[in-house]
Amino acid sequence: MATTTVSRTRGGVGEHTVRVDAAAKVSGAFQYASDLRADGMLCGATLRSPYPYARIRGIDATAAAALPGVHAVLLAADLPGRRTFGLNLDDQPVLADGLVRYHGEPVAVVAAETPEIAYEATTLIAVDWQPLPAVTDMAAALRPDAPRLHESGNVLRHVHIVHGAPDTAGADVWVDGYYETGVQDQAPLGPEAGLAVPADDGGVDLRVATQWLHADREQIASCLALPQALVRVSLAGVGGAFGSREDIHMQVHACLLALRTGRPVKMSFGREESFLGHVHRHPSRIWLRHGATRDGRLVTVKARLLFDGGAYASSSPAVLANAATFAAGPYEVPNARIEGTVVFTNNPPCGAMRGFGAPQVCFAYEAQMDRLAAALRLHPLELRLRNALRTGSVLPTGQVVTGSAPVRELIQWCAGAPMPVLEPPYARDQVHYPGGTGNVTHGEGLRVGVGYAVGFKNTAFSEGFDDSAAARVTLGLVGDAPVAEIHTAAAEVGQGLTTVLTQVARTELGVERVVVHTADTSVGNAGSTSASRQSMMAGGAVQAACRMVRDRLVARARDQQARDQQARDRRARDQLTRDQCAADGEPLPEPAELCDGLLLAAGVPVAKLTDLLAQAEPVAATAVYRHRPTTGFDDAGQGDIHAAFTFAAQRAVVEVDTELGVARVRHVAAAVDAGKVLNPVGFEGQIEGGTAQGLGLALMEELRVENGIVRNPSFTDYLVPTILDVPLVETHAVEQPDPGAPYGLKGVGEVPAVVSTAAIVAALRDATGRALNRAPVTADDLVGLRPPPASAGPPPVPDVPGQWPVPYYPHPQPAPGKG
Amino acid sequence: MRLRLTVNGEPRLIDGVGGDESLLSVLRRVLRLTGAKNACEQGECGACSVYLDGALVCACLVPAGQAAGTEVVTVEGLAARGELDPVQEAFVQAGAVQCGFCTPGLVMAVHDLLRRVGDPTDAQIREALAGNLCRCTGYQKIISAVQLAAGRVNGHHDG
Repeated sequence: MATTTVSRTRGGVGEHTVRVDAAAKVSGAFQYASDLRADGMLCGATLRSPYPYARIRGIDATAAAALPGVHAVLLAADLPGRRTFGLNLDDQPVLADGLVRYHGEPVAVVAAETPEIAYEATTLIAVDWQPLPAVTDMAAALRPDAPRLHESGNVLRHVHIVHGAPDTAGADVWVDGYYETGVQDQAPLGPEAGLAVPADDGGVDLRVATQWLHADREQIASCLALPQALVRVSLAGVGGAFGSREDIHMQVHACLLALRTGRPVKMSFGREESFLGHVHRHPSRIWLRHGATRDGRLVTVKARLLFDGGAYASSSPAVLANAATFAAGPYEVPNARIEGTVVFTNNPPCGAMRGFGAPQVCFAYEAQMDRLAAALRLHPLELRLRNALRTGSVLPTGQVVTGSAPVRELIQWCAGAPMPVLEPPYARDQVHYPGGTGNVTHGEGLRVGVGYAVGFKNTAFSEGFDDSAAARVTLGLVGDAPVAEIHTAAAEVGQGLTTVLTQVARTELGVERVVVHTADTSVGNAGSTSASRQSMMAGGAVQAACRMVRDRLVARARDQQARDQQARDRRARDQLTRDQCAADGEPLPEPAELCDGLLLAAGVPVAKLTDLLAQAEPVAATAVYRHRPTTGFDDAGQGDIHAAFTFAAQRAVVEVDTELGVARVRHVAAAVDAGKVLNPVGFEGQIEGGTAQGLGLALMEELRVENGIVRNPSFTDYLVPTILDVPLVETHAVEQPDPGAPYGLKGVGEVPAVVSTAAIVAALRDATGRALNRAPVTADDLVGLRPPPASAGPPPVPDVPGQWPVPYYPHPQPAPGKG
Repeated sequence: MRLRLTVNGEPRLIDGVGGDESLLSVLRRVLRLTGAKNACEQGECGACSVYLDGALVCACLVPAGQAAGTEVVTVEGLAARGELDPVQEAFVQAGAVQCGFCTPGLVMAVHDLLRRVGDPTDAQIREALAGNLCRCTGYQKIISAVQLAAGRVNGHHDG
């Protein structure tokens, strides 16, 4: 072994690693879902409801079906299986079944020779609509006389958390606040698309841009009345997700059309259809009451949350649970009462978006902390430091924070980060004014503001969900070089998962060449690429599978040593008996590891990996990773709800032209509780990108829904931050390993988007002195032309049977006449 | 309609182009050059940026008929003989790629910027790329990529 020269394995865990898919993406070769095609392919199109709430008295598809080039026009009755789908509850019609409950709800699907013919056919479908009075206000949905949108009523879920003695505990200072957030859209650059190909066995193969292949498969199979084995889903290139692809959108439609026509069918949304065809971030109304002692200790937090879930459940129940559990912020609060309600309305369905309920409450609780600090004459960071969670702290749910919780370190880094140098207005290029060259002042009214926010987010699925991820790892020789192959169903959506999994395999197996197979349903469920969970879950599964491979190689090496020993013994013709010769080799000294192409036992090289692999077949192993179990809420909202937490703090520096009402964020200092950074460049990319999305919610992004109609489904009218809007984000990782997670890592994909809206709006308040209790903040808000939204008070707590989503419980039939 | 144009140096003769078809559609549907992306198809996001006779355009806004007789260069045409262009290489190295759907358009826009301005300032970079939306990166690594590419394109030491 002494003469063996090995090269160090590069690109392992913790190293700056170039993305494995970057070269294909910069050259235009990477194939996204919308780039797919197949011989003999038809194109699909969808007729969507123009009404937020309407009965369908009849549909005449004759003219559409007769259009030359049209191969199928399908309605709800054409579904062979279940007619509804959904992530939490299958309450959403695949195609409207006599009733539509939101603007954009699919009514019919068409397959035709070209997209143009398919679209034209949708315009020829005659629908006899009977518009109904829509419920488009989330508070109105709770009124007893509101139309009942679902059999179980309009309350989708109510979560009730009581901790300590919130109604009797006294406090020296009380602060009451009311906050609102608007509808944010994920707006991934790549619109929804997929290609369904009918198979000879009666099944269907779907390539689609999605976040959760197995959930797609389950829902498709159920709606098509096919065994799951006949629905094979594989991942097409994904142009960003951010939650928008967690619910199915065109999956069942394309598969249904493919099976009915016997031809491959591609469906590819345009931008408008993308806005109409996926769920959004919940708009919220939040009432908070904070009580503290004079020396700045939180005593009580009372929270009333109202979230608009829109027409169908999607993942609203889980979003609400998150919002409720985080409503008091990353602070120790001995007494809390949190009442959270998510309702059905005739607005577009809301579901998963980066942060998943946490950004809305962070916007509210951090505004409260600033106001409380002002009332106590404390620096806002001092108040936060005095109350920050730490390991061992108890949350309002009674859950003890068992993992690392470096909240103070995060705050202190933000406090000490160098401030940006802002040139005086007269000395700078006009492009650097808020509003840029379109600005008509010379910066006379420019005011600088500084704001802070601290927040947190859970990693992976909560509330007792059996959350797992599977991975198969194979190690073999290609030529004379060892190559590891990774096969999972975990979706790479742009965040860099394939690179992280590659790094894990390099670190665990000591080989540089790693091939990550296209994710598909031929391996076990990996769960969703959401909830900041795949580095932990798929990463944990790959790590475990690699270690199983390593252990099998250890056995192989041990057997080899035994055989070598036997041979030596025979040559020496010593006195050992046959039995002793045939005995297993001695166990290798522990620990065993694969490193730089060598198998080491207790740090000593015992075999070359290539020699071990050359002896026999490639070594393969499949592992399933599970995080520690969680529980649901008990009657008082107590429980071990979440598996792990990631914390973050940000400081934002803004400039506001107080005459024009235009603002620009000049700098963000972002401290993140990273546990262990797996890939520094990927980590920074998550923080910078997540911060930009939080900036969007702070300053410009709002899907405008008026009386249930989506008014701005385009990039002309729905503004996402451009390169002129996003400042330098200085990122700092606090690496305190989380016990129990692979490498001590934490999920970091969402937490920047949780805190940045709150930090930026805090800075806007600092610059303007205005209340700014609604995000996004508009120009009118900044100059005081629009009064801050006020509330007459929170709605009464609804009468519900328990903590789970209301439709789970048996419910009485609605009284006649109430529809 | 019949369309004659040059794409990535190759003369093309295309029959059956629709009167209402865009250059983007011809590139993607007929020529199967899917590097230019269909993210908004109304000129707001820059994901379909290509050169049309040397000018950077949104291919979605160019009626196919207007491209008759022109020379079009798409992102697929930047890499010469399998070697990535320095701009493409800089995007890879700087971590400027996440989902990558905006990347072809941004690569074209940066390529165009660096032809005009050898060593652009932060303000020049931001102004030049203001028409390209990216939803993943927050743009910081894209700016790093421009700076890295500027060093390489102009033969400076790229640090």
